[in-house]
Amino acid sequence: MTVERPTGTPVTSAGDQTRIHNIGYRTYDGPRLGRAYARRSLYSQSLRGAYGLGRSGRSKVLPMLLFAVMCLVAAILVAVTVTTKAKGLPVHYTRYAIIMQGLISLYVASQAPQSVSRDLRFKTVPLYFSRPIETADYVRAKYASLASAIFILTAAPLLVLYVGALLAKLDFADQTKGFAEGLVSVALLSLLFAGIGLVIAAVTPRRGFGIAAVIAVLVISYGAVSTLEAIADTQSSTGAIPWIGLFSPVTLIDGVQTAFLGATSSAPGAAGPGSGQGVVYVLVVLGLIAGAYGLLLRRYKKVGL
Amino acid sequence: MIATESLSKRFPRVTALDRLSVDVGPGVTGLVGANGAGKSTLIKILLGLSPATEGRAEVLGLDVATKGAAIRERVGYMPEHDCLPPDVSATEFVVHMARMSGLPPTAARERTADTLRHVGLYEERYRPIGGYSTGMKQRVKLAQALVHDPQLVFLDEPTNGLDPVGRDEMLGLIRRIHTDFGISVLVTSHLLGELERTCDHVVVVDGGKLLRSSSTTDFTQTTTTLAVEVTDSDEHPDGTGAVRDALHARGVRTEDGSGLPGAGHVLLLTAQGEETYDLVRDVIADLGLGLVRMEQRRHHIAEVFRDDGASTPASTSPSTSPSAPRNDDGQRKEAAGHDG
Repeated sequence: MTVERPTGTPVTSAGDQTRIHNIGYRTYDGPRLGRAYARRSLYSQSLRGAYGLGRSGRSKVLPMLLFAVMCLVAAILVAVTVTTKAKGLPVHYTRYAIIMQGLISLYVASQAPQSVSRDLRFKTVPLYFSRPIETADYVRAKYASLASAIFILTAAPLLVLYVGALLAKLDFADQTKGFAEGLVSVALLSLLFAGIGLVIAAVTPRRGFGIAAVIAVLVISYGAVSTLEAIADTQSSTGAIPWIGLFSPVTLIDGVQTAFLGATSSAPGAAGPGSGQGVVYVLVVLGLIAGAYGLLLRRYKKVGL
Repeated sequence: MIATESLSKRFPRVTALDRLSVDVGPGVTGLVGANGAGKSTLIKILLGLSPATEGRAEVLGLDVATKGAAIRERVGYMPEHDCLPPDVSATEFVVHMARMSGLPPTAARERTADTLRHVGLYEERYRPIGGYSTGMKQRVKLAQALVHDPQLVFLDEPTNGLDPVGRDEMLGLIRRIHTDFGISVLVTSHLLGELERTCDHVVVVDGGKLLRSSSTTDFTQTTTTLAVEVTDSDEHPDGTGAVRDALHARGVRTEDGSGLPGAGHVLLLTAQGEETYDLVRDVIADLGLGLVRMEQRRHHIAEVFRDDGASTPASTSPSTSPSAPRNDDGQRKEAAGHDG
């Protein structure tokens, strides 16, 4: 660059036309932290955004409310345990997210579109890609931030349960094992739900459509699967139940934790998959997560500039 | 700053760029072309976001095919379309974009405050962008392109949708980006007229081909054409004719301004310097006529591009008139030459 820059010197010819005040332009010679830093910044901005932080007051209401309810229910369970001096928590760690799945689905449906549909709708995406970050950085940051947000939503109540259980002087080793299993389970659930939510939300720039579509996929699939499972149960074809469970996200997670994380299945008659079928469950979950990531990459290759 | 060498971009059905070779130096450069001439495609390639079908290009000495990320760290980009979320404030948005360019948090905040002030946004920068006027939104878009102090900015149609005053302010701002901030500018427009006032250099593309690349001073400031209009009097029922005859008698050639508003009453002549103005004034005063107007008509770049030197700019100056008949080549650029 051959042009000499008037560093720090006041501009003498401030035209009134452009309303620029006579403050002089300062150049920036500080560090430029590059791609990895930009990706981290996008991650933290999106994670904060998923709880409405740094956004308008109105957008904080729903995520904060859901978070409060998630923790409040856990706190009530702890209170019951302490007052009744029970020997165990009324709800197992791995079961908690399954019971609260309606709230979790609602959270995903509301926050996945706000994370990606806004950028599409207001065409902010080209601004990102005119900077050092690339498609994969954007997708990874968005995916990781939503998965983390769901993890915070689902792991916080488990922490409440765990701390409560220790205060109630329940068996330490038992509780710690259960807590760890619960954390693994909700981590998997967070990745799966985030992937499904983002793929659906990234298709439409309309937030309303995104919310409806995510709700539909998560809730209707669960409703359909549990109905079919119930029918299979009354027809006493219990063997079919684990296979039906493969078709909804919630029952998938339930199946994985039944097979490997010491949970009891929430399917009718507790007819969860054995470890052989469990492998299929794990493969399907991992396949869905990888598939969601791949679809997002493909989607953003197209919407570039 | 920018160098391309037989750069081509072909899509299955259209050729967006056709063996484009152009060199752009520091300063403000205008990239002119009708819609679909390949301006936006060129910017995409220069940002390293879209591979060229053939040929090569360098920005700031970096190859676009391999050094895209390094280029994007040092250039700014202001898109043509809306790109601002309505529910955040200008400050929050520009800070976020600064961090996306790699600026540490504190620097991002300082530079945002500075940049927004430079583009002319003050108290309103804390309000959500949704409530801004088009002019203010354009300023925010410009600010996000400048916040990381790039060496070069690409501005895609920055005056789109602005009223005449906003347009002038934006053009002044663009000029200032180079003169005061020391940042080189590549600005696209389909209006030649506004770029001739702002740019040091103009590149004209059409159908993905380079039509002309030259410095604006080369052809807009060599001579000045004056348009003169006078009243008629009882003594001189045809005032215009009387002035023309009187000027001819003193050796000044005139053209009649057919095609200009008030055709038949306008004389066009070439000013050689201060004397010409005095001469015209004296001639009209001697004849006892009233001077309605005497104004400078700057040559428009469109005139220069119309045909290559077959006629002088002065003889083709009524080119801004939409009704003037012209040849095929001129017709295409005439729309572009239409000033604001």
